[in-house]
Amino acid sequence: MGELRLMKGNEVIAEAAIRCGCDAYFGYPITPQSEVMETLMARMPWEETGMVVLQAESEVAAINMMYGGASAGRKVMTSSSSPGISLMSEGISYMAGAELPGVVVNVQRGGPGLGTIQPSQADYLQATKGGGHGDYRLIVLAPSSVQEMNDFVDLAFELSFKYRNPAMILTDGVIGQMMEKVELSDFKPRWTDEEVERLNGSWAATGKKPNRERAIKTSLELVAEKQEIINQGFQAKYKKMQEEEVRYEMIHCDDAEYIIVAFGVSARISQKAVDLLREQGHKVGLFRPITLYPFPSKIINQMADKVKGFLSVEMNSGQMIEDILLAVSGKTKVDHFGRMGGVIATPGEVVDAMLTKLIGG
Amino acid sequence: MTEEIIIAGFGGQGVLSMGKILAYSGIMQDQEVSWFPSYGPEMRGGTANVTVILSDDRISSPVLNLYDTAIILNQQSLDKFESKVKPGGTLLYDPNGIIKEPARTDIKIYKIDATQMAAEKGQPKIFNMIVLGAFLKAKPIVKMENVKKGLEKSLPERHHKLIPMNLAALEMGEEALVEVQ
Repeated sequence: MGELRLMKGNEVIAEAAIRCGCDAYFGYPITPQSEVMETLMARMPWEETGMVVLQAESEVAAINMMYGGASAGRKVMTSSSSPGISLMSEGISYMAGAELPGVVVNVQRGGPGLGTIQPSQADYLQATKGGGHGDYRLIVLAPSSVQEMNDFVDLAFELSFKYRNPAMILTDGVIGQMMEKVELSDFKPRWTDEEVERLNGSWAATGKKPNRERAIKTSLELVAEKQEIINQGFQAKYKKMQEEEVRYEMIHCDDAEYIIVAFGVSARISQKAVDLLREQGHKVGLFRPITLYPFPSKIINQMADKVKGFLSVEMNSGQMIEDILLAVSGKTKVDHFGRMGGVIATPGEVVDAMLTKLIGG
Repeated sequence: MTEEIIIAGFGGQGVLSMGKILAYSGIMQDQEVSWFPSYGPEMRGGTANVTVILSDDRISSPVLNLYDTAIILNQQSLDKFESKVKPGGTLLYDPNGIIKEPARTDIKIYKIDATQMAAEKGQPKIFNMIVLGAFLKAKPIVKMENVKKGLEKSLPERHHKLIPMNLAALEMGEEALVEVQ
């Protein structure tokens, strides 16, 4: 068993980055995720593993430094909160276009605009449908505990290199700020130059070799027909993700008549609501998508044959419900409950919503 | 066993660190724990609160609307959280600055005069440990030996010389707890 600690989600993101052999972190402070860079600066990993930690002059600079590091075949990461992610969106689109790996952490706060610094899940659509321009997708992982904040850093890097596509850890101010018991991962050494050459030498800018063309990492292709072929390649990649990378958790779904669908901290709050509803004799389950992209549509579609309704619980006005509605395809009732603007829903409110919107209605 | 606790008072009273020591104590006896602070543009003198959960099972929601125990350290927090204690639950408060006493009749109510005690000792910083000692007397959910281990874990090594003082404060709190109802 690894080391047990009591840590904040944000601190764990930083520690997990060091331990999984991340080569560089570029960021710019913003509440509620500033502890990520604070922890990294205090830990001084450059003395331990050689990892670079750099406070950029802006989010735009940070994401473009990511582009550079990723182009060299290195493990690079950044983190921000909602307004900062909007600033990064152009760079994320460029990375997706140039097929570059990298991990972006979004510790969401309420919006739009500068909004609030309190927790939110209002960036679901931005994360899963684009955010930046063009026909691209991010791999989106949604941790719902401090332990998963640790586990998903390594997983996000693994998937992002496997598909040469940026991956996002989409979390929120609750998970970032809360402390829980966490078992930290063991240390993995950073890749040596030889390992980078062996693993990523086929595409990364590791120096011109006699046996291959120069690696120019760009997202620019002026010939429409050629760009379409590139787009088709992306779509094939996304299809493979949908087939192979869907992850989810089911709690009390076996005999459930009604199912709450929720991710991140909303899933934790809803789990308590499920327990309270079951105490009252209602057969309610919880379905927690772990990958928001690729979304677990197939399994939701199958469950729709058996249940009387789904309740999407999100800290927004109703974003994931669009994916649930598509998956359910009209087979059964789907409703939404959410709080907005940084207000955290309570288990009691979720119980009431389930009773009034689905069970009683 | 699951104990859902809110600790609420002024920023600067040591609300968050009390919660952290309690959470660490839970880890020392192999429990699941969660600690979620109110965060935001808060400062010394403003309100601060933290939800701490200790459980033998996996913890579901770190955010709650009802609590087994409320540890209340100022009037604003009493106004806000008295009604959020589950029937049969526990409310522990420091009477310093309280102008409207708790009125619930369906919960257990305890008092600890920790502000006064810490001031008399000339050590305002042990205030939160006096309160924690009183809480653990009222609800012995973690063993004192595990609180000691929790203190060792949560304090950086350079502050370990302060542990005896904190343990003494915990004992003071245990002894001075007053059962109101």
